[in-house]
Amino acid sequence: MSDIEKNPQGGRRLYGITALFDGPEKLVNAAAAVVKEGYKNYDAYSPYPIHGLDSAMKLKRTYIGAVTLIAGLTGASLLLLFAWWTNSIDYPLVIGGKPYFAWPSYIPLMFEMAVLFGAVSTVAALIMVWLGLPRNSHPLQDTEFMKKISDDGFGIAIEAKDSSFDEKQTKAFLEKLGAEKVELVYYETREISLKEAVLDPKFIGVIVVVAIATSGATYFGLNKMLLLRPWTSLSDQAKVLPETRSEFYPDGFAMRPPVNGTVARGELPYRYANNIPAAEKFMKNPVLPSKHVMELGQRDFNIYCSPCHGYFADGQSRLQGQFPVPPSLHIDSLRTAPDGLYYEVITNGFQGVMPSYARQIPRDERWAIVWYIRALQRAQNPPEVADAK
Amino acid sequence: MTTQQISTEKLRKLPESYGKLGWTLLIAGVVFTILSFVIDAKHASFGLTMTLVFVATVGVGSLFWVGVEYVSSAVWSTALRRPFEFLAGVIPFLIILALPLLLRMRTIFEWTHKSLLATDPAMVVKAPYLNIPFFLIRTVGVFALWWLFYYLIIRNSRNQDTSRDQQLTTKNVKLSAGFMPVFAVTLTLFSIDWLMSLTPNWFSTIFAVYVFSGSVLAAMAFGTLIIVKLNEKDRFPVKLTPDHYYNLGAFLFAFVVFWAYIQFSQFMLQWYGNLREETLYYIPRMHGSWAVVSIAVALAEFLIPFFLLVTKPAKMSPKRLVFVSVWLLAAHALDIYWMVMPVYDSKTAVFGVSEVAFILLSLGIILTVFAYKAKGNNMVPVGDPKLQRGLEFHI
Repeated sequence: MSDIEKNPQGGRRLYGITALFDGPEKLVNAAAAVVKEGYKNYDAYSPYPIHGLDSAMKLKRTYIGAVTLIAGLTGASLLLLFAWWTNSIDYPLVIGGKPYFAWPSYIPLMFEMAVLFGAVSTVAALIMVWLGLPRNSHPLQDTEFMKKISDDGFGIAIEAKDSSFDEKQTKAFLEKLGAEKVELVYYETREISLKEAVLDPKFIGVIVVVAIATSGATYFGLNKMLLLRPWTSLSDQAKVLPETRSEFYPDGFAMRPPVNGTVARGELPYRYANNIPAAEKFMKNPVLPSKHVMELGQRDFNIYCSPCHGYFADGQSRLQGQFPVPPSLHIDSLRTAPDGLYYEVITNGFQGVMPSYARQIPRDERWAIVWYIRALQRAQNPPEVADAK
Repeated sequence: MTTQQISTEKLRKLPESYGKLGWTLLIAGVVFTILSFVIDAKHASFGLTMTLVFVATVGVGSLFWVGVEYVSSAVWSTALRRPFEFLAGVIPFLIILALPLLLRMRTIFEWTHKSLLATDPAMVVKAPYLNIPFFLIRTVGVFALWWLFYYLIIRNSRNQDTSRDQQLTTKNVKLSAGFMPVFAVTLTLFSIDWLMSLTPNWFSTIFAVYVFSGSVLAAMAFGTLIIVKLNEKDRFPVKLTPDHYYNLGAFLFAFVVFWAYIQFSQFMLQWYGNLREETLYYIPRMHGSWAVVSIAVALAEFLIPFFLLVTKPAKMSPKRLVFVSVWLLAAHALDIYWMVMPVYDSKTAVFGVSEVAFILLSLGIILTVFAYKAKGNNMVPVGDPKLQRGLEFHI
């Protein structure tokens, strides 16, 4: 420390002594010997995990596992909180007929988040342990020793700050252990100084500038540049947009009308729209009554008609006066009205009070409803009773 | 590394207490089973079904571990193979256990009733599979195949003790490789026949995998319990290290997680799909006292053992391993109870003489067979060429 204070501009300082060994067994034996000698600030390096090295080094249990566990549980809890808040508190939404707080469907997401948080935190923790963040480099980086380790070397580095460290003795000790190559490693005090490089205003400034430049470039690239030629080639097509005139067809329309007299598949022309008298006069129920038709009519009636008309078509609305209550379908004028009236009203609505149901109910089902209404009317006023009146 | 001496006096000398405990449990189990049949024959039939499933899953799961060791040429577990071979020794007795149930099929299996065919079109479709003759053929076939592979593999392994013939290992590798697909198909048939068909309308394509996960977990737990107990009391012929323990613990941990993964996959898909023919399995299990059992199963077979085993020292600690093994065997029994008993009573989780008989008889059969096999065979495969390397195992 004192060197740095004396000479803050530069200078070399001893980091420690590195020793390379020939093979993993020798490394394990050497590590055990280093521990026996009483060294504390040292580490063993190898390209792959070696069985028994941790016990030879008498390593304490690492806390990386705890980091992973806590981060994983945090990730899972955060996702649960997020899903609970968004789905059941802030914007309650029924999805697939499930309760607002449908916890089983969150578990796969919680698992994913646990893995994500756990993995990223583990890597971050490993980098922190190795570099000692906010320090952003390590004296062994870019040394011949580390290059050999990341290839096929097995080595031990004893740091100079260890209390039992002595330049000559330690070197002799490592050589005696059978090390192939023992080297002193120095580092530039300028590089690793008391002032952490991560907190350097210049470094922070560059990061801020890069962040602004990146987000600015992204913004202008995606929101402005892509709307210029030639990137708009997909949207710049020869086509007729809504509310514009076609130059191609003489009549100015882009869509061609069907040939006269043709009928589209699945459609039949309906000539009595909003003309109840004509509908009453000319339309006959084309669907033959059967058990199936009656059940279909009952189902559709209960779904679409009963909210306003009541289950028995008596006008017992379930909507509690939020809409005008329709008349009972059992009054004489409606009971005697022809089928065409009902079909026309279902198809096109009635006087702006009842909407059209043409889009919800297919044509044959509308006729099935008419059959069902007829059945309801007969049930309320059987013909023999009506005749007796 | 020095060659470890194998203690010959301990090779064939299992502590007397194992056999005594086994016989005590077995006799008590038989007495309770007969008693339960006298009290309530229907309840007792379901109880005996649970016993059959427990004994079969532990037995064939152990044979699976033996096979896995050969197929993967695993070295570390060589010294631990014999206890699993002994546990697999229950396989020949499964047919005896199944016999009373085969005589009472109409009590256990709803699909045996002809009246169901008239009312349920799904049962008509399933009739070519779910009928009594084919069921009997499958049951006998499955048990026979298990017994065949058990007989061949264990015979080779035992002969190697005296002949020291390395070719026998190669033969067993081939046999085990053949056993793996047979095991997959037969365990699927077994789980469909004896567990899934209890609810004949219900189906789940992952169900056999679920039974598999519970089966190998229970087998590993039983093996771990015996191995660690013997080694800690210094009654195992060789000295096992914490590194061996670590692998046993890691397998327990892995299959605890696997079990939860499969159970949750099955539950979530059926819960989310919300189709009548799928949810009919879970609806009774999610209401009343069965809901408590369902939560207990999830806690017992996943959440609690997960945290008991998650750290490295826990997997190496003999005390923890013994505790977790016993815990997991209880969880496996609870799991089987959860699979079988809602069919007997879908309203309330019952506990009576039949359940006591289930626990006593299951443990009794397995322990008695284990003690019997351990008497006539070496506790470690002394002739296996991998044995010494396995003892030197380090993680």
